[in-house]
Amino acid sequence: MPKQTVIPFGPQHPVLPEPIHLDLVMEDETVVDVLPSIGYVHRGLERLVERREFPDYVYIAERICGICSFIHGVAYAQGVEAVMDIQVPERAAYLRTIWSEYSRLHSHLLWLGLFADSIGFESLFMTSWKIRERILDVLEETTGGRVIQGSCKVGGVRRDISAETLDRMAKDLEAMKKEFKDIKEVFLKDDAVKHRLKGVGKLSKKDAYELGAVGPTARGSGVAIDLRKTGYAAYGNLQFDPCVETAGDCYSRCAVRLNELFTSVDLVKQAVKKIPEGPIETKVVGNPSGEYFSRVEQPRGELIHYVKGNGTKYLARSRVRTPTFTNIPPLVKMLTGCQLADVPVIVLTIDPCIGCCER
Amino acid sequence: MGLFTISKTIIKNALGKPATLMYPIKPAKKFEKSRGHVVNDIKRCIFCAACQRKCPTYAICVNMKERTWEIDRLRCVQCNGCVEVCPVKSLTMDNQYTAPVTERPVPEQLKGEPKAMKPAAKTTEETEEKR
Repeated sequence: MPKQTVIPFGPQHPVLPEPIHLDLVMEDETVVDVLPSIGYVHRGLERLVERREFPDYVYIAERICGICSFIHGVAYAQGVEAVMDIQVPERAAYLRTIWSEYSRLHSHLLWLGLFADSIGFESLFMTSWKIRERILDVLEETTGGRVIQGSCKVGGVRRDISAETLDRMAKDLEAMKKEFKDIKEVFLKDDAVKHRLKGVGKLSKKDAYELGAVGPTARGSGVAIDLRKTGYAAYGNLQFDPCVETAGDCYSRCAVRLNELFTSVDLVKQAVKKIPEGPIETKVVGNPSGEYFSRVEQPRGELIHYVKGNGTKYLARSRVRTPTFTNIPPLVKMLTGCQLADVPVIVLTIDPCIGCCER
Repeated sequence: MGLFTISKTIIKNALGKPATLMYPIKPAKKFEKSRGHVVNDIKRCIFCAACQRKCPTYAICVNMKERTWEIDRLRCVQCNGCVEVCPVKSLTMDNQYTAPVTERPVPEQLKGEPKAMKPAAKTTEETEEKR
């Protein structure tokens, strides 16, 4: 048996945007075992629910993550609304859908950029982020915040989008599809990229299901789980198919995210067509009493917000289970047997968001 | 063949204008709804401290006796909560960001005029009761 060595990877590593630590047990250049450890950015945000009034906790829920902040807000608001039996106006549900899809676009483009950077493709990284900037501009224009939108609240949304702006947004996205196609071409057809991704970090369908992979990690392995299909917010009224790839390697996870860009554009266009006129919020009266599991689809996968109210204006308990947390066991499986040089690429394919994961 | 697939984009980028902005020499992009920084029209402020209670980061400090309103700009996260809760609409959100700094500045303090007229005092009480 060859001599085993342990190489520490992270929490500070040039390719990692966020702090996760992996102890890589190596035999020569091959990884034989991985011991992940997290806990570098724990902020105790769940505990804050006991000190903030339940409508104000949305501000904190949104700040759990800097990338999918709007969707965190939606998940929390949905939970409280379900406990209090509040029906959100239809226009608010559609606006939530539109902003969620914009968040997904911006998150996926960010990831594509970081991923290109991890394989050493600087110009692709910058191109992806250049496109992302236009998505962020629309978010800032309509909500007031680039990454922390702050437009979701318990009982509806805070801001409305005018009909002209909605039309312009749909047209802009249609125009951006060409740019998405350009980067898709590079990611999926360039030989250099393909060489780094094909057959690397394989995760079988059975493993993905049994280890609890969610989001693009699961869909890249052929498990067609997409929480948007449950029809929360306005997704029930929109037509779409989850993007699924079957190979289960880094290439297919990347392809899933690229295809989801087009799904998001399509969903926004459908929502803009169908959005009804009407109020954007309902009045919230009383305090929540009861508990609820709110499940939504984040760019990274399934997000669960658990809320428990005790009849006061402070919630008794809030618990968040983020997609990155559930994607760590599949990550360990993917890393076992890979080459040391492929570790950064594989770690990035689960789109780790450790800030979310530890809260 | 999948070689040099990005060349087209690179050539386009090389010939085009830069996509970045020379901030802070050139001002950042801003939109009407952008949340830049909180402005308090101190003449209208009744020092009810509703904003202080709403603030998720404890950036605002109101002293009712001294009639001062203080904000720590680096603590503020521009959540717009204080603006929504203000009973007299003296707080507004400006769409311009505050200038970048290299050292932590002292909290910005605004001082109201000393309380003289009775009606003003009554308004404060009324808002307290409503709450």
